[in-house]
Amino acid sequence: MTDNNIVLQAKGITKRFPGVLANDKVDFDLRKGEIHVLLGENGAGKTTLMNILYGLYHQDEGEMLVNGKPVKIKDPNDSIAQGIGMVHQHFMLVPVFTVAENVMLGNETTRNGFLDRKTVSAKVRELSHQYGLDVDPDALVGQLPVGIQQRVEIVKTLYRNAQILILDEPTAVLTPQEAEELFVIMRGLTERGVSIIFITHKLKEVLAIADRITVMRAGRVVGTVTPKEMTEAKLASMMVGREVILKVEKGQAKPKQEVLKVENLHVLDERGLETVRGVSFEVRAGEVLGIAGVQGNGQTQLAEALTGLRPVKSGKVIINGQDMTGKPPRPIIESGMAHIPEDRQRHGLVLSDTIVDNMVLCNYYRPPFAKGMVLQQEAMDAYARKLIQDFDVRTPSPFVPTSKLSGGNQQKVIVARELSRDVKLLIASQPTRGLDVGSIEYIHKEIVLMRDRGVGVLLISAELDEIMALSDRIAVMYRGQIVATVDSRAATREKLGLWMAGAHA
Amino acid sequence: MDWRRFSVIALVIIILFSVVVLIGKTKDTPIVIITSLLATTIAVATPLTLGALSGIFCERSGVVNIGIEGMMLAAAFFGWLAAIYMNTIFKIAPLPSLIAGVVAAILTGGLFALLHAMLSITYKVDQIIGGTVINILAVGITGFMNRQLFFEKGSIFGGQVPHAPGVLPRIQIPFLADIPVMGRIFDQQPLTIAAILLVIVSHYVLFHTRWGLRTRAVGEHPRAADAVGINVIFMRYANVIIGGFLAGLGGAYFTLESVPSFEPLLTNGRGFIALAAMIFGNWSPFGAWAAALVFGASQAFQIKLQLFREVIPAQWAFLQNAYIVGLAPYILTMLILTGIIGKTTPPAADGVPYEK
Amino acid sequence: MESNEEQEARRESSFQKRLKSAGSAMLVPVLAVLTAMLVGAVVILMAGGNPLYAYLGLFQGAFGSAKAWSETAVWATPYIFAGLAVALAFKGGLFNIGAEGQLALGAVVAAWIGYALPDMLEISLPAIIHLPLAIILGVLAGALWAAIPGALKAYTGGHEVINTIMMNYIALNMVSFLLNGPMKDKNPNNVIARTPEIAESARIPVIFEGFRIHWGFVLALIVAAIVWWLLWKTTLGFEIRTVGANPDAAKYAGINVKRTIILTMAMSGLLAGMAGAIEVSGLNYRHELGFSIGYGFDAIAIALLGKTHPLGVVLASILFAGMRNGGTRMQFLTQIPVDVISVIQALILLFVAADAIIRYIYRVRAREERLVLTRGWGG
Repeated sequence: MTDNNIVLQAKGITKRFPGVLANDKVDFDLRKGEIHVLLGENGAGKTTLMNILYGLYHQDEGEMLVNGKPVKIKDPNDSIAQGIGMVHQHFMLVPVFTVAENVMLGNETTRNGFLDRKTVSAKVRELSHQYGLDVDPDALVGQLPVGIQQRVEIVKTLYRNAQILILDEPTAVLTPQEAEELFVIMRGLTERGVSIIFITHKLKEVLAIADRITVMRAGRVVGTVTPKEMTEAKLASMMVGREVILKVEKGQAKPKQEVLKVENLHVLDERGLETVRGVSFEVRAGEVLGIAGVQGNGQTQLAEALTGLRPVKSGKVIINGQDMTGKPPRPIIESGMAHIPEDRQRHGLVLSDTIVDNMVLCNYYRPPFAKGMVLQQEAMDAYARKLIQDFDVRTPSPFVPTSKLSGGNQQKVIVARELSRDVKLLIASQPTRGLDVGSIEYIHKEIVLMRDRGVGVLLISAELDEIMALSDRIAVMYRGQIVATVDSRAATREKLGLWMAGAHA
Repeated sequence: MDWRRFSVIALVIIILFSVVVLIGKTKDTPIVIITSLLATTIAVATPLTLGALSGIFCERSGVVNIGIEGMMLAAAFFGWLAAIYMNTIFKIAPLPSLIAGVVAAILTGGLFALLHAMLSITYKVDQIIGGTVINILAVGITGFMNRQLFFEKGSIFGGQVPHAPGVLPRIQIPFLADIPVMGRIFDQQPLTIAAILLVIVSHYVLFHTRWGLRTRAVGEHPRAADAVGINVIFMRYANVIIGGFLAGLGGAYFTLESVPSFEPLLTNGRGFIALAAMIFGNWSPFGAWAAALVFGASQAFQIKLQLFREVIPAQWAFLQNAYIVGLAPYILTMLILTGIIGKTTPPAADGVPYEK
Repeated sequence: MESNEEQEARRESSFQKRLKSAGSAMLVPVLAVLTAMLVGAVVILMAGGNPLYAYLGLFQGAFGSAKAWSETAVWATPYIFAGLAVALAFKGGLFNIGAEGQLALGAVVAAWIGYALPDMLEISLPAIIHLPLAIILGVLAGALWAAIPGALKAYTGGHEVINTIMMNYIALNMVSFLLNGPMKDKNPNNVIARTPEIAESARIPVIFEGFRIHWGFVLALIVAAIVWWLLWKTTLGFEIRTVGANPDAAKYAGINVKRTIILTMAMSGLLAGMAGAIEVSGLNYRHELGFSIGYGFDAIAIALLGKTHPLGVVLASILFAGMRNGGTRMQFLTQIPVDVISVIQALILLFVAADAIIRYIYRVRAREERLVLTRGWGG
């Protein structure tokens, strides 16, 4: 099968990591000027395959062809030389450098041995103009919004004359509207002959943008299809390997007394910028309040201020009728708050410690786990065993360091610890980020269960689908303020998307 | 370096100098005292400046280096040893011997830096531990060899310290050194002048060349550098070794420029103070130099006060005590690290081993 | 629920497992010591000595007789305290390079209480009051000295590595000032910077008549056990370990991170201060300038060789003590200066720190997690 239009072909790529077969005889091809979506769950092997194409990893078996010729890609220099450019999920940009410095890095223009910033800036301006990217070459990257940073990444690849562009989960950090803009830019690129591999796990955008779709699961290619023959449900079952319930089963909420009341809250981030600017809302027992919004609009600081991890500049936080403004975490925890933190490896777990120690992380000092200041190891062990069973944590023993667990099981340890205490309020930040579908379903079920048991839930998530599936009411956060609050039955993606982009209700 | 920190530096120096001028006014004119203080400040700041530059190259590329103290100590010893060897065993003239000593010191620094690079980059040893290993190793090796070579009967020098070839001669900077009185400031020894030139060179290398851009990229976001084809491991090795050369040059100051002798532990914490200068200078060459000058000034203050000891008024008697005045640089270091004079930010990937 | 038998079987296997893991934990340090001695042999050879003779002398001097054992224990006593000090700080995620200064302060305060208090009060104190008082105040001085960099770390973020080193130099200057001035031994024959001898009532008795080994050694072993208990069996230990392993998670869990950091440093300084105080009241009976120099680095090496575990610290201390003690006999036999011991000890530290080298040479697979001790400047 020879096709002159094929610019990139991967044949039988296999890649093993210790204990994991990340890519198992993967075949993939890309035609000139097309957008080829690579779809799969977290951990399906998409990013591994792309890192091999880009020379960051090396395949154990298989070969790669660019424009029909076999190539060896040892490192990114080789792939750049082959005209391949990649926009990584986590941006490969140096925040303290300017746009021009970032663009030229690794491919610098010099004059008399010194960097020639002027020439590079001019070229960046020209590229930016040509492709409608609107990027200022002299701006510091760290001060640009994520959407623009992503365009800087695209400029970087164009600057190196990339003809094949790999975009790894590019829409994860964008509002629906920003994603639309990105799609326009992508179409512009393909019209000029650039071919694009677009990696995602979001079903909705796949059907909107793809020319062809290759679905991966557990390191293998399940199939390559076109959007015309597909529906969301069909794609989902291809991706997961079974029927997936896209909706979370839940009954009508029965809200009772107020468990969290936030009044005119102002919070600063670590740079001293006010990222929460006068937020007010309340959460009642037995309901889920979802906070929607694109990442970086103050949600992180809001959650940290509510849980005592970050000082409050002004305003009030009342939990279960007690004023908890500016209190440290311990009294807040003791007042009946549970917290599933956004960054589970940083805040949620002590990775080098055992599951046992992590299960009692918040109440190790209380009976039955301690008598006076002496730890009661047996009580701790028994409790951990029970939680491991109740929450189905897959582990050979309770004494395994949590660093050895999979992401899903790590999150289950946190969920088990937080939900097993006697709590009235649950603050869940990005509770399913980076997890596989099975774990996501499980955690969603637990959150609904908590709600039905009369716990008030504050759900903060950048995944609009998650917010819509779980929430009874939805508040949208934009630039540190809540721009709209609606009943979830009255919410549509379009409306929420507009609010997320700053339109006022 | 922002204006706030710059003015603090200027203020501290002015206060220290004013005290000495007030005390010494019966013995010398203010202009003479200030000139001599400035000349001493610039000279004694040399190892701190070079140590700080060493730290800047390492840490800008993402490797924390607390082994500068040890690198300087070892370089001071082996530089001195090489100079003596050349002079007494090979009967080479003093100046070429001293230059050979400087080269040996630089290479010693580089060698220890290579070890630090291996530990922290290849073996991913905790970098602060790695630096401590360098420090302890330097103390052990110099102590042992110093004893073995100069105090054991059977050794090549017959159990006694041979006559050293002196110190590096002064260089009068043309025209500037001829200015009456103030000219003394521009009459310095070669390593001091080299240190100042290296501050300027380092600034241009770090911020205006390809090498500098890549070095900083590797220290801020190594994955981003890797993704555009920069060899992170190579850049880190190279910069740590460059840092070692600089620390070695700083070590040479002690035994080849300051005094022609070696004693165990002679660096006396200056490698660590150099790190504080680097931090206070926000990992930039000029900033670090300014900070090194403050420490230099506090040392010059101490030296001058000893000379004016007998004229110190009774109500300032504590200034007569060398031990108390000698605390100045250490307390200054701690004050600076509190960040009350402005927080500084290390390179984002400083101290983090790179894993693909 | 499982049956009794099953439980029994599991308990046994877990005991075997612990034994096995203790064995594998010791494997790398032991290989590191052997490798360092091998490299040391080359150094001795190059210096013109016979390594076999040298090591024989070293061993004889260290463990060859009752007197050798006693002297080794005498050397080991301050090492155990100081090594525990560094190890405890490591557990809390802190690097205490300041054991030397804390030790010096502990020593100087214990000496001062030891010689000056009876004169000041103009009564002779009974040993039951005088001795504990000298030790407790010395220990508190060490704790306070370490709490300062602890507080600076907690409240300003000033890095403890540089601050503890600066505190070493400040302590050294202060002690120099005291020993050359107000606290100098006024005996007309004395030319050294040292304090007068402490009173009999402030001295720790020896264990066996005719040997220098004193009860301070036993105290060191007891303190090691207490540190172990504290770290692994108490809520405070849980807090210290959690803050050390992940301060962000500790804060999330409601632990007062700042307080824990200060407390950890204070306890670390307390142990280092104890090294100084016990050395004064158990062995030297006075404090002399320069005595403390080198202990800070030795303590770091011992803590790392002992894998920051109290039992490991005790074993590492005895090894280092034996080397220091046996060094004199080695010098006598081979004319190799004792300073070669410092080189060997530095090499031990090198190989322990870079365990990857040892694992590579001897093809030992890594079983445990990498020991994470410190983080860059960010703290």
